[in-house]
Amino acid sequence: MSGALAQFGQYVTDHHHWDGPRGIPHRTVEHLRLSVTAMVAAAAVALPLGAWLGHVRRGGVVVQWLVNIGRAVPSLAILAILFPLSLRYGFGLGFWPTVPALVVLAIPPMFANAYAGVRGVDPATVEAARGMGLRPAQVLSRVEVPTALPLILTGVRVATLQVIATATLSAYVGFNGLGSFINEGFRQQDDAKLLTGAVAVATVALTVDALFVLLVRRATPWRMASARPSRKGTT
Amino acid sequence: MVPALRLVAVSKRFPGARTDAVADLSLDMPEGTVTALVGPSGCGKTTTLRMINRLVEPTSGSIDLFGTDIRQLDVHELRRRTGYVIQQAGLFPHRTVAANIATVPQLLGWDKQRVRERVDQLVGLVGLDPELLGRYPAELSGGQQQRVGVARALAADPPLLLMDEPYSAVDPIVRAHLQDELLDLQRRVRKTIVLVTHDIDEALKLADQIAVLNIGGVLEQFATPDELLRAPASPFVEQFLGRERALRRLALQPVGTGPIGPVPEVVEGLPTVTTGAPLREALDAIVAWGVEQVVVVGDDGSPVGGLDLLTITERIGNAPSRRDTA
Repeated sequence: MSGALAQFGQYVTDHHHWDGPRGIPHRTVEHLRLSVTAMVAAAAVALPLGAWLGHVRRGGVVVQWLVNIGRAVPSLAILAILFPLSLRYGFGLGFWPTVPALVVLAIPPMFANAYAGVRGVDPATVEAARGMGLRPAQVLSRVEVPTALPLILTGVRVATLQVIATATLSAYVGFNGLGSFINEGFRQQDDAKLLTGAVAVATVALTVDALFVLLVRRATPWRMASARPSRKGTT
Repeated sequence: MVPALRLVAVSKRFPGARTDAVADLSLDMPEGTVTALVGPSGCGKTTTLRMINRLVEPTSGSIDLFGTDIRQLDVHELRRRTGYVIQQAGLFPHRTVAANIATVPQLLGWDKQRVRERVDQLVGLVGLDPELLGRYPAELSGGQQQRVGVARALAADPPLLLMDEPYSAVDPIVRAHLQDELLDLQRRVRKTIVLVTHDIDEALKLADQIAVLNIGGVLEQFATPDELLRAPASPFVEQFLGRERALRRLALQPVGTGPIGPVPEVVEGLPTVTTGAPLREALDAIVAWGVEQVVVVGDDGSPVGGLDLLTITERIGNAPSRRDTA
């Protein structure tokens, strides 16, 4: 194992592995491009639908059912089904067959959290908003969604991490992302290469996660407020 | 004169319910008065309030706001012209105090300068520390949140203010404070206020007229606080009012608002009450000091009259000869 670690050290310090289309930077960018595309598509479906169902306070059972099914579908199976279809209808290798598999993976956590977040907004807050003459769309956009933002962003964060990790599967259908290091390393029995892929994916995931923590803090300054009870008055 | 708010034979039965929540309710609320809707849980008082800003639509009957049927108004316009204060304040947790107060003016499209000036004005009106404007609701105490709720409701200067159990979530000391502040506020802004409460003492203290509702939204009595205490219309009202009704009537009436006796010949050694104090205070002094009467003094402290037990009794319309039957 220490041999593998030494080889890994040699591998990542070799500047040849940082250049060109097979280098670490290019594959990282490609990996992110694939992940972001899938996330944007999934968010566009999951967030509005989840928030709207939460707003009308309906469909709890259906939401749970959809989320469970979504979680139970294996990404690899979707990939295996879509790959030949993608080739036949001209969408090619790699990128496009992988996107739907990642979208299906990303939808459940975002959908469930958007629904739970909006549905869980204090009824008194919603009552006050309606009573002051906010229209239903304004209640949703100005009160319910901002109030539910911490939970919504948590859903996006969880989905993003899953997508970044699972996007490695794209290597099996010929996508040149970070999964290619793992795939090649496995087939060539090159532990250093395999380890490089794993560490790179983990690094990207942790970096994105840290950025999310900062984003959530900036986007919801009011959440810090409840952690400062010492400023409360007495009357 | 057209009342600010008129309910005509308003009934509400919720879908699937076997009985009415509100039954054939007719009330007139003159402009600038406080009307309390009181009664036990299930008497339809909150439902009635929510029908006034159309959060609930009546099954039958009509509600007129300054002579216009509210169904002819755009529902969102109606609500923006109607202040609404609820029990838990219902402040927006993600907005600062200033932004919470500015909600309706912003909806109405006021420019920033005007909104800012109005917010500053309201902060003074409801007795909030201006330093709190930049804070979030989670940083405020219950009483402060409730004041922000009132400021927010008054922001666009609505003629009508609806208050649903506004003070039942704060402790009794803060509640008494907030009630006094509302009375003070009302003297300055003269809104037409509809107040829902289960606390009869709150209603007696704050309201010009009180509607006592029974289960199923049946109106038992609609009267001034003094009338209610003097002549409860039914055993239900009597029970709801509780004991010591005469004492509580005395608490409602200031010394200076009715006849008082001449200044006693000897004023030394007698307790004094001011003309602004309630009659109950005069009675309390008589009992506490074991004297026949108290000296009534003006704001400058000089004697203007006297009050003995008989005069006090007559002031609430109970002559001693009638005491046995009253």
